[in-house]
Amino acid sequence: MAWRWPIEQVPFTGILITEATRAEGGWLLNKDGYRYLQDYDLGKPEPTPVLRSMELGPRDRLSQAFVHEVEKGRTIESPYGPIVHLDLRHLGAELIDTKLPMVRELCMAYERIDPVKELIPVRPVVHYMMGGVHTDINGATPIDGLFAAGETACVTINGANRLGSNSLPECLVFGARAGKAAAEYAASAKPPPSVVIRQADDEAQRLDRMLSADRGTEQIADIREEMQSTMEDSAGIFRSGDSLTKGIDLLAELQQRLGRVQLSDQTRVFNTELVAALELANMLDVAECTLHSALQREESRGAHQRTDFPTRDDARFLNHALTYRDSDGSTRIERSPVTITRWPPGERVYGR
Amino acid sequence: MSDSIQMRVTRYTPGQDTEPTVAEYGVPLRRDWSILDGLNFVKDHVDSSLSYRWSCRMGICGSCGMNVEGEPKLTCATFLSDYAPGPVRVEPLTNFPIVRDLVVDIEDFMEKLPRVKPWIIRDDEKSVIDGEYIQTPEELEEYKQFSNCINCMLCYAACPIYGIDETFIGPAAIALAERYDLDSRDRGQRERLDVLIEREGVWGCTFVGECTRVCPKHVDPAGAIQRYKLKAAKENVMAFLLPRGA
Repeated sequence: MAWRWPIEQVPFTGILITEATRAEGGWLLNKDGYRYLQDYDLGKPEPTPVLRSMELGPRDRLSQAFVHEVEKGRTIESPYGPIVHLDLRHLGAELIDTKLPMVRELCMAYERIDPVKELIPVRPVVHYMMGGVHTDINGATPIDGLFAAGETACVTINGANRLGSNSLPECLVFGARAGKAAAEYAASAKPPPSVVIRQADDEAQRLDRMLSADRGTEQIADIREEMQSTMEDSAGIFRSGDSLTKGIDLLAELQQRLGRVQLSDQTRVFNTELVAALELANMLDVAECTLHSALQREESRGAHQRTDFPTRDDARFLNHALTYRDSDGSTRIERSPVTITRWPPGERVYGR
Repeated sequence: MSDSIQMRVTRYTPGQDTEPTVAEYGVPLRRDWSILDGLNFVKDHVDSSLSYRWSCRMGICGSCGMNVEGEPKLTCATFLSDYAPGPVRVEPLTNFPIVRDLVVDIEDFMEKLPRVKPWIIRDDEKSVIDGEYIQTPEELEEYKQFSNCINCMLCYAACPIYGIDETFIGPAAIALAERYDLDSRDRGQRERLDVLIEREGVWGCTFVGECTRVCPKHVDPAGAIQRYKLKAAKENVMAFLLPRGA
């Protein structure tokens, strides 16, 4: 599974500063105040924005350039890790207020920065996952009665790197289709068979045990933070066979520790700690799927960039990866074909 | 600036506590930390049973409204350092029943909101093939301000009328009715006026203006209520002079 990394997010809160800032002529600067994108085959710096060039390059290439700047020691240290600066000052208050009012409001209200006078600290942050629950175009999954739409689903419209602004239409279109299909299913479905009811009983008992049992001393926040850093280190903007293998081992440890999480909140009214524990379990499963499929995908495509396999390999990997958990707990990847309609994959060239 | 601040937070678990109590937590005081960041610090590192709603951290979802030092605020957009050296008091929104700790019961608002039919009502629906309902930037400007409402309910917490009379439909619902009334694509003014002309509609408001003062998105519900009162008054005069059906 590939994750989308826009560059222009402020550290810590992870607020997304819209890509429109770059379209209007914002500059990305390293610690020397240098428009570093010119060093990464993204064109020459011009005073005004040039289509498909420099700051108007695609988000994945910009995020990759950021990593290289970190490696060269040309980024700025912050309490939340390395950052670069997004400079809008030369655009002036009038343009910012008319074309980018939300940006100024967000920076002032949530970050205490005025982009008219100050540089905005930014770094790439995971923003969207292109993979998800396997569905058809009506949101139906291979499991009867389970429907999914939006970011959680993978209806395969996004390929390996979603385009800007496509997540909202995705929700509107496939949310409506999935809603209709689910309603039709519910109206005609027979009562669940006893095996499904027994499964539901097991699930209720599992939740009861989570609330009551004396399971151990692990804390949700600790495991979540370690999962985040594991994923960033092993499957970040660049991955390799080594980093992914290491990440898979670390996640297996975290899965073990998850079983020893002790909830201090054992009430049944608005128990957000229980929700957090369930979410963490799901996130760990998704993280495992990501690493296993990334390890087997020995190529680079879209947001999936392997340093050990830097080129696209359509012969082996122009396909979707479906992740299964076998009864012994191991992970199995199967492949399903990609149907090319109007636009076959091509070489992506910028700044030339 | 000291490097930590005390937060005094309301705690309440139904069935366990007879009434809300106050717990005090020390949290790091950083220039860019909001009240919500302080609560998240408590939940992650001090007491994981603390309960509150939050989601986006950027003033869009409208779920993290609480009373900070007695004032309804979005806690993601309210900074700890503005209350230094502290302590800073964080309580559930006023005028709503408490479910748990800082979580309030929003059922009343959820029931009231659809009464004003906050969606586009058409006499006739165009088919998809006939294309979009076109709107000019000027027509958008007409209602844009009222469309910024994020249903955070700070205006209900601030409204003294809603505090006394819970049948009052309230500021956000009226602002949203106005948002659709002013939309050039909408034909539902009549249906909404029928709801808001009632006693629990616009007439409950005595124009205190607190709703507009606390609104984090500058929606100006008080302005919407005044505009609606004018519409309702006109309608009453017309109904007197020209009874419907006559």
